[in-house]
Amino acid sequence: MSSMDITFPAFDLRFMAPEIFLFLWALFVFAYDVTSKRKSSTAAGYLAMLGLMIAGAILAYTNYGQGYGSMFLFEPAAKFFKIIFLGSAFMAIGSSFGITKERIINHRGEFFGLILLSTVGMMFLSSSNELLSLYIGLELTTIPLFVLASFFKDNKLSVEAGIKYFIVGAFSSALLVYGMSFLYGLSGTTDLVQMKINIAMTHLTFKEIGVILVLANVLIIAGLGFKLSLPPFHQWAPDVYEGSPTPIAAFLSVGSKAAGLIAFAKIFVNGLYAFNGPEMAPNDWGILVGILACAAMILGNTVAIRQTNIKRMLAYSSIAQVGYIMIGMVTMNDLGIASVGFYIFAYMFANMGAFAIVAIFEERTGSCEIQSYAGLSHTSPVLATTFAVFLLSLAGIPPLAGFFAKFFVFASAIKMAQADATAGWLYWIVGVGLLTAVFSLYYYANIIKVMFFSKEASPYRVHYTFPSFGIVLIGIAGVIIFGLYPEPILKFASDISLSFGFLP
Amino acid sequence: MIPISAYLIVAAVLFGIGTVGVLISRNMIVVFMCVELMLNAANLALIAFSRALNIMDGHVFVFLALAVAAAEAAVGLAIVLAVYRNRETVNIDRFDMMKW
Repeated sequence: MSSMDITFPAFDLRFMAPEIFLFLWALFVFAYDVTSKRKSSTAAGYLAMLGLMIAGAILAYTNYGQGYGSMFLFEPAAKFFKIIFLGSAFMAIGSSFGITKERIINHRGEFFGLILLSTVGMMFLSSSNELLSLYIGLELTTIPLFVLASFFKDNKLSVEAGIKYFIVGAFSSALLVYGMSFLYGLSGTTDLVQMKINIAMTHLTFKEIGVILVLANVLIIAGLGFKLSLPPFHQWAPDVYEGSPTPIAAFLSVGSKAAGLIAFAKIFVNGLYAFNGPEMAPNDWGILVGILACAAMILGNTVAIRQTNIKRMLAYSSIAQVGYIMIGMVTMNDLGIASVGFYIFAYMFANMGAFAIVAIFEERTGSCEIQSYAGLSHTSPVLATTFAVFLLSLAGIPPLAGFFAKFFVFASAIKMAQADATAGWLYWIVGVGLLTAVFSLYYYANIIKVMFFSKEASPYRVHYTFPSFGIVLIGIAGVIIFGLYPEPILKFASDISLSFGFLP
Repeated sequence: MIPISAYLIVAAVLFGIGTVGVLISRNMIVVFMCVELMLNAANLALIAFSRALNIMDGHVFVFLALAVAAAEAAVGLAIVLAVYRNRETVNIDRFDMMKW
């Protein structure tokens, strides 16, 4: 090695400039709230939003590169997901001004600071290319969310949500570490790219390691399945979404889910892709995950029909959406992982917007029952119309962004199935996806029916409070603009597949 | 010299006890202890692999995993305390306010 190759580790810090800034800003938000004399109900929230915007600007000017061996890798995939994390945190904070005004009186700084810390964890996670930093990032994501889910500590539902999320989260992280320990033992490295090569080499001489590899895969799929709320590891999601503060439920359903997706892509697509071949059939995780994706689509879309609480309905809807996203994940071609990126991007706008409206409505009426939305179009037509647009995007109606998201996922799977004879099972998954998409229309349209075609006018007139309604407008803009004009995001998303080594 | 398989068997047994404990135990504190048992089983496996392969990565992983487990325990016990103040029970069967 020549002397030119030696870099000072501190120099690598520039790749994580957005994370470092956001971490310090979170501490600043904590400190500000403790030390400020006049308790403003909005200052900490605006500070947190400002911090996210500055972090986004720093992110835009950070160069791609790799630091600390392979521990920190900043490439297009990381950048794309970091934008999603920052965006979902921004929208979650923007829609929580209602609850900080009335329900969180004393700990506003902690509430916003913990959201920022969780975002830092997600951003680290999306840059890690190595088991250790991936695990730390995942835990930094989840631990603040345990606190946030149980933030209304005098509310029975909220603490119940917190304890359920905590037990499930701790259990899943134990499964994950145990699975990682096997991967480490088989490969002798924690670097995901090196791991792929080492395990393949070991497999050539010791065929028996296949059994341990399957065990490790199942443990890691279970561990990450809890984060993604992929059936059969989904039972916590509706309870936690119902009990936790609404913006936190939104953040869980988009930010935390995107974090689980990138962790899944890092470990399985980046780290274990070599085992998707026919000669190593027992290690093929693709079909197993495909079955789980089908279960997610069927279960999420059918159980959502009979929900009466809107947050539970959106929880089952998000379980179903993960099923669609996982179709892209198991499609091993250049379009697959790109369609995952586009899907979660479109899903962010629609879902954060829908939850923002639920938060505005809950703040005004104190109710999350679907029935209390009856006749909302008579008194608050703008709110009802925007809610309908978000629900139609979630259902996948053209020309909204949700339609193209589903379209690209199905198109990538069909292209893969046509190109590779061993991937014929993808046709079945696409079939299940198309069928359940029709089911999903029923419960989304049901809410629109309740809002628009009710004889009596709603007794509630919902006021448009500033930051929350701004978030709704951002969501509407995103859903419509990226529905009519998806090319720039698609182009960016196709860079993701380059990061994972799929050439177009 | 104790072979690596002995350590791995102990780790697997510990992990199994922890998993069964999480699934059948009704007391939240016991559930929590069982999760810690699972984490420590994973740590033991990591250390055993690390020693057998003569690479230090696993040791570093275990140090950080222990730190994370301690942070998780701090948050978790605080949540258990908040639950106990609300409900005056730590029995998991009583947390059934939300059902599908």
